Amino acid sequence: MFSRAYKTVVTVPPLVWVTAFLLAPYALMFCYSFWSVSPEQNIVHSWNLANYQELFQKAVYWQTLLRSMWIAVRVMLFSLLLGYPLAYFLSFYAGKRKDLLYQMVIIPLWVSYLVRAYAWKTILGSDGVLNTLLQYVHATRHPLDFLLYSPFAVVLTLTHIYTPFTILPIYAALEHIPRNLVEASHDLGATPAQTFWKVIFPLSIPGVVAGATFAFVLSLGDFLAPLLLGGPSGIMISNIVVSLFGAAYNWPLGAAISLGMLVIVVSLLFLSERLEKKWTFS
Amino acid sequence: MPSLNALPNTEAPGKPSAARPTLLSIRNVAKTFGRNAVLRNVSLEIAEGEFLTILGESGSGKTTLLRIIAGFETATSGELWMESARLDHQPPYRRRVNTVFQSYALFPHLTVEENVAYGLRVAKRPAAEIAQRVAEALDKVKMTAHARSKPSKISGGQQQRVALARALVNRPRLLLLDEPLSALDANLRRQMQVELKSLQREVGIAFVFVTHDQEEAMVMSDRIALLRSGELEQVATSREIYNRPATAYVAQFIGHTNLLKGEVRGGVAKSASLAWPTSLPDGSALFSLRPEHVRGAGSSPSNSAAVRVRGRVQHQAFHGATELIRVECADGLVLVVRTASPVSLHDEVELEFSAADAVPVRESPERN
Amino acid sequence: MDLLMSANASTGNIPRSRWLVAHAASVFAFLYLPIAILVLYSFNGQGVGGFPPHHLTLDWYRILFNDAAIWDSVLNSLQVALAAMLISLTLGIPAALALDRAQFPGKALFRRLVLLPLILPGIITGLSLLMFAVFAGMQLSLLTVFLGHGTALISVATTELFAGLQKLDRAQEEASLDLGATPWQTFWRVTLPNLKLSLIAAGLLIFTLSMDEIAVTFFLIGRDNTLPLEIWGRLRRGITPEINAISTLIFAVSVALIVIWYRLRARTIGTQAQELLEHP
Repeated sequence: MFSRAYKTVVTVPPLVWVTAFLLAPYALMFCYSFWSVSPEQNIVHSWNLANYQELFQKAVYWQTLLRSMWIAVRVMLFSLLLGYPLAYFLSFYAGKRKDLLYQMVIIPLWVSYLVRAYAWKTILGSDGVLNTLLQYVHATRHPLDFLLYSPFAVVLTLTHIYTPFTILPIYAALEHIPRNLVEASHDLGATPAQTFWKVIFPLSIPGVVAGATFAFVLSLGDFLAPLLLGGPSGIMISNIVVSLFGAAYNWPLGAAISLGMLVIVVSLLFLSERLEKKWTFS
Repeated sequence: MPSLNALPNTEAPGKPSAARPTLLSIRNVAKTFGRNAVLRNVSLEIAEGEFLTILGESGSGKTTLLRIIAGFETATSGELWMESARLDHQPPYRRRVNTVFQSYALFPHLTVEENVAYGLRVAKRPAAEIAQRVAEALDKVKMTAHARSKPSKISGGQQQRVALARALVNRPRLLLLDEPLSALDANLRRQMQVELKSLQREVGIAFVFVTHDQEEAMVMSDRIALLRSGELEQVATSREIYNRPATAYVAQFIGHTNLLKGEVRGGVAKSASLAWPTSLPDGSALFSLRPEHVRGAGSSPSNSAAVRVRGRVQHQAFHGATELIRVECADGLVLVVRTASPVSLHDEVELEFSAADAVPVRESPERN
Repeated sequence: MDLLMSANASTGNIPRSRWLVAHAASVFAFLYLPIAILVLYSFNGQGVGGFPPHHLTLDWYRILFNDAAIWDSVLNSLQVALAAMLISLTLGIPAALALDRAQFPGKALFRRLVLLPLILPGIITGLSLLMFAVFAGMQLSLLTVFLGHGTALISVATTELFAGLQKLDRAQEEASLDLGATPWQTFWRVTLPNLKLSLIAAGLLIFTLSMDEIAVTFFLIGRDNTLPLEIWGRLRRGITPEINAISTLIFAVSVALIVIWYRLRARTIGTQAQELLEHP
């Protein structure tokens, strides 16, 4: 039904755009990673591996990367722990309020990142809501300062931001499970708890993988929350990149790190895609 | 050696009796969804080891009734009793009842074997027992070769067998089947009807089978419970329900029939230009006359009082062994007649039937 | 028939777990409390410090409305959002059509590339485009931001439109061709009108995301700030309660937009499912 002309017209414009503004920039980033910066702040287009050597040799990069991954893992785990039971409740027990509750899950998702990060900043500060509340009820005498400007604050904020991101794919996967499978399980003698572990959870795994990947990848590359709430102990890998493109002017080195991040992210995406395929039964 | 045979074979199918005690007692069950009364005051006793079919059109409430027995719905009022205990207070996972779903509901992430073993695993039976019972069940439904396959890789008919094995392996007291054959094509369906029937005889478990196909019901059941708009029209054996329909609806739903409206005066029923003796009291009456009971004139045994009627063939439908013809007679009466002798359109025919074959039936009033 | 009943039926006799309800409630509290506090404090006379808030006032809102820089940035953001909608939708329609209907070598790669910005941290998209812009000799300005948002949000447009195409009845297009319309005419007269709801939904989503976008914008911005970046700049310099006020307003507008988006989306899927459930 669709002629070759139709298909060409339809494929070419987005293909061209994507090549020009996605592929080419990545390729350029690849090139930059092999260049270097001269003392006069010019980009020198001579090809060498200096940047990569720097990355592999200097401990600070590895430490920061590992810290970032550790933060990302925690965000992923907490998001899943918070998000899965809510998604399950929404899908199986919400009844007439399902629609309304689903909207309530989406709304925070689209409320400005900045607004939410800022909200936590005002809550966690030593002069902030939480500290003054605790002192007001005499639970503590002095403000707790680990609350803000720490990895704790970053994990908390990012969990707050990415939990809805994990709820959505899990909810979608749960909704896809035919309810007669749940009935069949009950019919065969399994309690709701047994039914959950033996039928519902296995069938929801693709959604869990998708949600976990979202949370992990987006947390890993985040630079805003660390800047607002991380303090010196909460610096993440993207912050290093940002400064390399800012004050610590060294675009090639920044490009090398970005490329590394791109490779990590794409590999993770491939991995999660395969995991999802393995657990899809249709 | 333990096997799927739960109870010994009993000869006489049919109503609960001393020989066949009541297994499940449905008492005054009603179910309303919002403003929609799907079931109204249904009472039924199901005997051990019997094959009972709940027959009805879509919307009659048959699936709802089945789901109430299984435990997926709660009745708005009424009670279910099984073995001197209230069944409807139990959640579905504690009832000794298993279901074969219309869409089979096989677990897609488990193999055939694992599907069948599910109920036993959940009950934490020892591994050796599970392995043996599963192997037996698969053998009974002839699915041993596919034990390691996943449901997506086997055909609809095969999935249906697996669903059956998965339910039966748990040795339930009662097996519920929700239109399990409706997705199969005609030939496979007929084959499965025979297999299901003999399987039921073999295992001796009571089957409650739901369908809208009256032919299927008659072929397979010991008894049929015909449901219309949430109420039972008639509960009887296949033979009885066919030969002695209680109401006009039953007569028309099961098989073909001619409904003759008439007046009874002094022991004589008059309908159109026909008249025959009857023991009914005076008043209006309705009679059901099966097409196969209308024969060619002169072919009835001579000692029975035959009612004669003449007409012209209006329509014929070839049914293989017989033909079903429509004959237009005097006074606007149209009779549907089953005949083995070929006729042609517009032929003039002389017909007769015995008064005894005109079965009086009750009216079936409209229900909203 | 029984699938439908299952979809409609409650979980029958199954009791609801109290822990599950409690957990769900706590997560909702976790998600909404910070924002609620923000909103509350935007009316607080004392600004951010101190608990409980006393002296409710509209002062911060008054200051906000007189803040020219903020409203300039809002205007910039609107321009960017509209440009982003234009670019993404114009490219998203053919991209969705291509994915739905065309087979060509590299289709899998194309699909992944188009969808990549959805999950890629914004910094990578932003940086790569920055290097590209500089290499191509472009000045950083709102124009580069247009490019950035458009590129990043094509994935959103494509996803929404692809979903809309899947629900499209192919037979309608075939009927159109059968009746003599060319593919181009069919596109305008049949395909596009059927995608109307998806287009509006996609547009709304792109608009909202663009208004909130920071990561990509961060690297591509010139002298004119978008709203998020204007706020960001002020945050770096210290907290003013005015920020609470603008945040509350952003929150209110986002909620309204998303509710509208959701209703629209539900209408496409919803009406058919709704009918099925009412007349089984």
